[in-house]
Amino acid sequence: MIHLEKRPQPSQVWTVITPVLAVILTMIVGGMMFAALGKPPLEAIRTIFWDPLFHPQFAGYSRPQLLVKAGPLILIAIGLSVGFRAGIWNIGAEGQYIMGAICGAGAGLALYPSESVLLFPMMVIAGALGGWAWSMIPAILKTKFGTNEILVSLMLVYVAESILASVSSGLLRNPDGMGFPGSRNFQQWDAAANRELIANTGMHWGVVFALIAVIAAYVLFARHIRGFQIRLSGEAPRAARFAGVNPNRIVIFCLGTAGALAGLAGLFEVTGPAGQISIDFNSGYGFTAIIVAFLGRLHPVGILLAGLLMALTYIGGELAQLMLGVPGASIQLFQGMLLFFLLATDVFTNYRIRFGQGAA
Amino acid sequence: MKRRTLLASAAALSLAAGSAFAQDKVKAGFIYVGPVGDGGWTYEHDQGRKAVEAELGDAVETVYQESVPEGADAERAITQMALSGADIIFTTSFGYMDPTMNVAAKFPDVKFEHATGFKRADNVSVYSARFYEGRAIQGHIAGKMTKTNKIGYIASFPIPEVIRGINSAYLHAKKVNPDVEFSIVWAYTWFDPAKEADAARALIDNGADVILQHTDSTAPQAAAQEAGNVITFGQASDMAEFGPVPRVSSIIDNWAPYYIDRVKAVMDGTWESTDTWDGISTGMVGIGEISSAVPADVKAEALALKDAIAAGDYHPFTGPINKQDGTPWLAEGETASDGDLLGMNFYIEGLTGDVPN
Repeated sequence: MIHLEKRPQPSQVWTVITPVLAVILTMIVGGMMFAALGKPPLEAIRTIFWDPLFHPQFAGYSRPQLLVKAGPLILIAIGLSVGFRAGIWNIGAEGQYIMGAICGAGAGLALYPSESVLLFPMMVIAGALGGWAWSMIPAILKTKFGTNEILVSLMLVYVAESILASVSSGLLRNPDGMGFPGSRNFQQWDAAANRELIANTGMHWGVVFALIAVIAAYVLFARHIRGFQIRLSGEAPRAARFAGVNPNRIVIFCLGTAGALAGLAGLFEVTGPAGQISIDFNSGYGFTAIIVAFLGRLHPVGILLAGLLMALTYIGGELAQLMLGVPGASIQLFQGMLLFFLLATDVFTNYRIRFGQGAA
Repeated sequence: MKRRTLLASAAALSLAAGSAFAQDKVKAGFIYVGPVGDGGWTYEHDQGRKAVEAELGDAVETVYQESVPEGADAERAITQMALSGADIIFTTSFGYMDPTMNVAAKFPDVKFEHATGFKRADNVSVYSARFYEGRAIQGHIAGKMTKTNKIGYIASFPIPEVIRGINSAYLHAKKVNPDVEFSIVWAYTWFDPAKEADAARALIDNGADVILQHTDSTAPQAAAQEAGNVITFGQASDMAEFGPVPRVSSIIDNWAPYYIDRVKAVMDGTWESTDTWDGISTGMVGIGEISSAVPADVKAEALALKDAIAAGDYHPFTGPINKQDGTPWLAEGETASDGDLLGMNFYIEGLTGDVPN
């Protein structure tokens, strides 16, 4: 017989081991899936995890792309982790990301064709405010009326998507675009473009902000009283209240931080890699960041690594499609496995396995 | 050759290697917006790719990437394809326009072909099909067949191509049935079976007995089949599995001849940047078998219309046509210019509702 025995304390060792174990299990089972599809499993795994970094033909291009892809994921995931630690489940980062992009881009386009050096900083602030304001809707509804932030924030994603469709074919549409939906392209407008800061590194302002967010979150949780209050609210809400922590303030702070960071991510994406507001501008970063936050154990450094790993599976997955002809859906399955195994192996953090007739 | 060159670590050898690999295959890449199994738009592009392989055999190698989002990811997907040594890359959706232009600027030796866009460069061609010609025939059949006089239209995005289709279908339905009304639902997607099915059901609940679609999945066909007494038309692909009812005919995109031509041109070194907009006459737009559910006289009229368009005797947009607000667009006997059609962003007179903006 096998028993699960609850540990008195979550195991420190397993907390570190489970993500690695999950990656290894994903490689094994994913390899079996590729084999079942008639593709060479080892080559597929190598293409996904190794080639984007070291392939002589692609690595020069795909290595910088890792940062481009990981930047928004990390930025959003850091914001989400602040709330998740407090037990505040913001599922709507995708909507906050969209609204940040729309507000930031809109603020810039209102001044087209300004070449002021203040333009880009102004757009950054507008982007953060846009995401923040969108996250204040679930925050205020929760604090005033006790609504569930999971539902409200998720539903607001669909509202944001509709607003995105509307502004790309209306308010923000490129007047020189022959009637096609989509805004002006920021890559062709120097003052508003979020360019690579150092050529061929993929390092743009969004990546810089992501790194700053990682450090700030680390300091917040390790050193700052607010970080302690957040953790306390999540782990022992009653104790937090006795200690004088105002739960409403925590809700506002956590959702606001997540919203502002998601908004920033959206702004940096629309002015950089994406280039323009278009109907399909959002590509699921807000949802993928939830996976990144948990894969990184809600720890800032963990999230940094998880974001890079997730970016690797995206870019490697694209290469595998291109080089080996594996179907696009199998890559999504592969990424799904990663989260599944992470949650499955998580059991070892909180439980110990006992063999034989142990006293349960 | 490019691929070999890149693979050879010693750059000095590349020139010598170039001639040694002179008989190297031409590599053609395809970027798809949906999955190859969508049964519509992407499926037909993939049929075109397979036709290239079948026609040119060992002289060509094809690669593709499916479900590439039309945002930041598209540029990377195209770049990686170019890096992998593709000689010609077909980007098969409107949203790939700016990414295609960006990548083309970085790879002057690779040829790019962008579907349905309007930006060109020395190494970027554009190509599209005159789907509105097929829409005219659809409109004719729809106007004749509807009993409730309500026709539902599932539109994707408010771009000229889609608006042209709506106008063309409406014009020809109205011509044969002055009481006909169009209800247009904007789905804001090219491929989302659940959304498309919802749109179809909503239109049917409102009394529509003909459903036209400008989205790529077969979900509206299935919804019409379920409802009964509703007819539909296959979009992009024949969708024959839904015939004889609800699917009574279809517009088929046939990209194969164009793709074969263009890949051959790369092989022969005769490739040039071009702007292609073909219709029924060259076979780029095909009209699927008109099923037994359509009365013989209607079928004969529809086929006559098709022949007239193919022969160039009839242009689907022939005046007098007014814009929705009543201002004249085309005078008696005047036909629409390609420029007007390419930038079309207005409804014609009689359509209700607004083009979303």
